[in-house]
Amino acid sequence: MTNIVEVRGLTKRYDGGFEALKSVDLDIKKGEIIALLGPNGAGKTTLISTICGITRATDGTVSIGGHDNVTDFRAARNLVGLVPQELNLEPFEKVMNTVRFSRGLFGKAPDDAHLEKVLKSLSLWDKKDAKVMMLSGGMKRRVLIAKALSHEPRVLFLDEPTAGVDVELRKDMWDVVAKLKADGVTIILTTHYIEEAEAIADRIGVIAKGEILLVENKDDLMTRMGQKTLKIELAEPVNAVPAALSEYDLTVDGEGLLYSYDTQTDRTGITSLLADLQKAGLKMTDLQTRQSSLEEIFVSLVAEKEGAE
Amino acid sequence: MNLQAIRSIYIFEMARFFRTLMQSFISPVISTSLYFVVFGTAIGSRIQEVEGVGYGAFIVPGLIMLSVMTQATSNASFGIYFPKFIGTIYELLSAPVNFLEITIGYVGAAATKALFIGLVILATSFLFVDLHIAHPIAMLAFLVLTCLSFSLLGFIIGIWAGNFEQLQLIPLLIITPLVFLGGSFYSVSMLPPIWQTITMFNPVVYLISGFRWAFFDTADVPIGLSLFAIGLFTAICVGVIAWIFRTGWRIRQ
Repeated sequence: MTNIVEVRGLTKRYDGGFEALKSVDLDIKKGEIIALLGPNGAGKTTLISTICGITRATDGTVSIGGHDNVTDFRAARNLVGLVPQELNLEPFEKVMNTVRFSRGLFGKAPDDAHLEKVLKSLSLWDKKDAKVMMLSGGMKRRVLIAKALSHEPRVLFLDEPTAGVDVELRKDMWDVVAKLKADGVTIILTTHYIEEAEAIADRIGVIAKGEILLVENKDDLMTRMGQKTLKIELAEPVNAVPAALSEYDLTVDGEGLLYSYDTQTDRTGITSLLADLQKAGLKMTDLQTRQSSLEEIFVSLVAEKEGAE
Repeated sequence: MNLQAIRSIYIFEMARFFRTLMQSFISPVISTSLYFVVFGTAIGSRIQEVEGVGYGAFIVPGLIMLSVMTQATSNASFGIYFPKFIGTIYELLSAPVNFLEITIGYVGAAATKALFIGLVILATSFLFVDLHIAHPIAMLAFLVLTCLSFSLLGFIIGIWAGNFEQLQLIPLLIITPLVFLGGSFYSVSMLPPIWQTITMFNPVVYLISGFRWAFFDTADVPIGLSLFAIGLFTAICVGVIAWIFRTGWRIRQ
């Protein structure tokens, strides 16, 4: 697959000396949905703003569809739609007019039929003549998306599209994203909701303190997370794994035993383990299973990063 | 050149103007009428002719300039400050447009509004005084140039301003005094000699003088000098705007 966005050595140092991006490299493949995960202040928005031209890079390059975003900014930006995190909208203007404005700003000829399609897909058509200030927060968010889609971008940046949005609307948003992907639009979204990344992304990037810590296919990541553990609480604590159970992947954990297994395989070995436990004369008081989630991987990655500094 | 973008910015900005058309129309009409009542009729009747022109008519060019300059500045400064204030500037910065296109769109709209108001005041003055315009085309050209150049200045102020107070500051502290002291209501020749010299450092003098020449064929300074002054002022504003967009000053981090 070809890359539609290539970021090389992107560095952003603000006047105060704060380094928001530290030589970031990132390839975004044509047609994919990539989710950038990271805690607040990780540099997600700075990365997007720099790619889109709102912020100037201190160093490094960005190319979009093969066009440098500084020297060939028109060709590069023509491909890009941006949905900012804040609800930045002209309050007194009508929905249709702000969307028309966006389309024109990107140099596209007026095409109300296309705008109608966009507004309908976002369930905004009946609000087209409403003033922006009269809309709810969720609708304003959709107006921002409509503005970005009005000029038919090939790459869409969604900066925290579902921050502060209720569950139902979040699901709607995911549907919109899925439809766009079906139309061949490449989507980059930032989020700190891990479930969002799990639900819609093809690849996941983790960013913290201005550095990309990992970019991986979601499925690979999920397989890695397929590891589950079974915690067995015992009536009488043991100091070591009993010899009779040595064939199992067991570790001693406090008062009990911890069994790791792979949910992806046909046999988890749980049934025989429990049978053998009984045979060995160990009395169980409680059982507990846990799955390492993307969240844990994420938290441990970020913690590692913070610990290293 | 992204003509579509210029058109969109222009239409979007003019829409704001049309939303408040009544205010835009009524306030200059009322304020001009008040000036005519006070200066033209009440005080003006006690004042002799100035350079062969009745005082009521003499102040018409100055009155138009006064409104046009303040309106152009405030329209243009608000036009670009507002997107900064509400955050919609992100769209301008991420769109395939350059500084020239953004400036033409915003300044063009602000200048159009100022021109409209100037023409409304001119029409209103016909109700109060007997007015004859000596050089109608030159008059219109001066009016358009003034609208444009002060809209450019307003655009710079709008980019510079960090809050609404600053947005009002320059018009209040600099433009209004310069316009009042620039011969809106008097001829420079009426001043004591020392003040005649000092007043020549006020750029607005050249604009009002040129504009008045277009009406009455008399001027405080040669018409060529007036044209040069307004041309220079426009060029400086364009230069500053080009620098702003090249460096991203106050708009792009």
